[in-house]
Amino acid sequence: MVENRHWFFRLLPHVVLSIGVFIVAFPVYVAFVGSTLDAATIANGQMGLIPGSHMFENYYRTLFVGTAGTTRQPVLAMMLNSFVMAVTIAGGKIIISILSAYAVVYYHFPFRMAAFWLIFVTLMLPVEVRIYPTYKIVADLGMLDTYAGLAVPLIASATGTLLFRQFFMTIPDELMEASQIDGAGPVRFFIDTVLPLSITTIAALFVIQFIYGWNQYLWPLLITTRDSMQTIVIGIKKMIVTQDALTEWQLAMTTAVLAMLPPVAVVILMQKLFVRGLVETEK
Amino acid sequence: MAGVTLNTVRKTYQGGVEAVKGVSFAVPDGAFCVLVGPSGCGKSTLLRMVAGLERITSGEIAIGDRIVNEIEPAERDIAMVFQNYALYPHMSVYDNIAYGLKNRKTPKDEIDRRVREAAKILAIEPLLDRKPRQLSGGQRQRVAMGRAIVRKPQVFLFDEPLSNLDAKLRVQMRVEIKKLQKAFGITAIYVTHDQVEAMTMSDILVVMNGGEVEQIGTPSEIYRHPATRFVATFIGSPPMNLIPGEMMADGHVRAGEAQFRLPPHPFAPGRAVEVGLRPEDIVLGQSENAFPLKVDFLEELGATQLVYGRLNGAQLIAQVPSGSVAEAGGTLSFGIAAERLHIFDPATGRRAV
Repeated sequence: MVENRHWFFRLLPHVVLSIGVFIVAFPVYVAFVGSTLDAATIANGQMGLIPGSHMFENYYRTLFVGTAGTTRQPVLAMMLNSFVMAVTIAGGKIIISILSAYAVVYYHFPFRMAAFWLIFVTLMLPVEVRIYPTYKIVADLGMLDTYAGLAVPLIASATGTLLFRQFFMTIPDELMEASQIDGAGPVRFFIDTVLPLSITTIAALFVIQFIYGWNQYLWPLLITTRDSMQTIVIGIKKMIVTQDALTEWQLAMTTAVLAMLPPVAVVILMQKLFVRGLVETEK
Repeated sequence: MAGVTLNTVRKTYQGGVEAVKGVSFAVPDGAFCVLVGPSGCGKSTLLRMVAGLERITSGEIAIGDRIVNEIEPAERDIAMVFQNYALYPHMSVYDNIAYGLKNRKTPKDEIDRRVREAAKILAIEPLLDRKPRQLSGGQRQRVAMGRAIVRKPQVFLFDEPLSNLDAKLRVQMRVEIKKLQKAFGITAIYVTHDQVEAMTMSDILVVMNGGEVEQIGTPSEIYRHPATRFVATFIGSPPMNLIPGEMMADGHVRAGEAQFRLPPHPFAPGRAVEVGLRPEDIVLGQSENAFPLKVDFLEELGATQLVYGRLNGAQLIAQVPSGSVAEAGGTLSFGIAAERLHIFDPATGRRAV
């Protein structure tokens, strides 16, 4: 039925989709073109849409030398910082939330639901809301300018716990009972059954939380002062100085392109797991 | 090998709901015991208490000589087959069967030998590398059985294991389960709401209702001499007809147009009773205890046909050989042998004769 429409109506979705793709992709393309030109070409406003010849030079300088201006840090170091922060946040969130969800779903302790609701309420308290007290605590603990200070306050989150709780509730009780009869205690049941079944949920959460961690701006801005600890998102901001002439736009563009790559890589790599999770409904 | 003994076992849930109200019975070593009853009668709860998945509020459960009230499920030396099989979806068939042995630190070559042996018995050897989702319902059922037999437990527990299979497969698996149980000689407790399964599989049949045991006996005892009105109507298909009647001075029971002559009984004249007649015991044209029945409706079953009518205000179904009654509407004479009559006390629901 849908297939037998008039040619115009068959074309229409493609047109709409193409416009959407163009709107999203064009700025990315411009950034890429910018990262292949020299400073003068961008500065004099004659930037075209054809990639230039300075790509290798720009990427080399950005990754290993840094800009001549304010940051003076090679971007590779920033990427490493961002990567450590994003992986710590994503990994930490997964570990904490899968364990707390397991406790809330499978253990019957006093105030179990109270514990769950307390976790749930923190959804309403993201870092931005509690930024001052959080800063104070991190500063008092001497964690300024450390990876721990960057990542730990962002690890606590209700979203992961909620996601795992919902997933655990779909695992049939019979599986737990079968494990009990098969002689598997709570820890064995977690490791042998719950964890393998949660792989796709873990992958989904990892992607979301990695990107969340990678894109953090406000918190790293507050918590890091040393150049060696800054993340790539902060780095981009610092490269763009207000006096336009001083900004090395080609390097800022290169940094922007580089900043996009790890999240893209994570999505592409994890996509396989997603699809597998969708096709093979285990349980 | 061990029998199972239940002694006034009770289960009260938080909030005061009594699921099992003081049940006692014993399953001898090697016997196949079926718990049957309508949903919510406490049969599954009872089974889960034997398994150790539910705590026992009061009373005692013993497996062999050992009271297992406070013993963990894994330590009870039982194996359970669940309604939805409860196979570990991420493990291969082999690992599913081996899992219980692995957790018990059985040596690897021993596990391998026993898994393959179990797979051979169940004819699932070619499936050992597959995942449960690649199996059909019947194959999953076999794997679940494999997981139970590989452990060589003292007791098999089955929680409505055939209810997810289609009718044909159910009959086939029914026979197979029974055969396996007999071959291993392992005591089995089997929960079902299907009375055909209950009748065909059990050595001991326990009929439950409302958290209590209505009757315990062999299938034929229960069929021939149901202890209560509930058992009478629950076991047998179509169910036993219950016709209200009144004791007469001459020892007969009058039920509307019918007069039933009874074996000797203790009832005083004028007493209200309920007369139970199994549809398959009612014979067309028999002179003993004959009564006329206006045929309201006919159901053809192939070998037999069901004749629907009314006697003394209650519905009566007679099962007669196919072709005996040509069409509905007429009035025919049916009869029943006196020793096939069941008399219940309407006040208590218990059997009188």
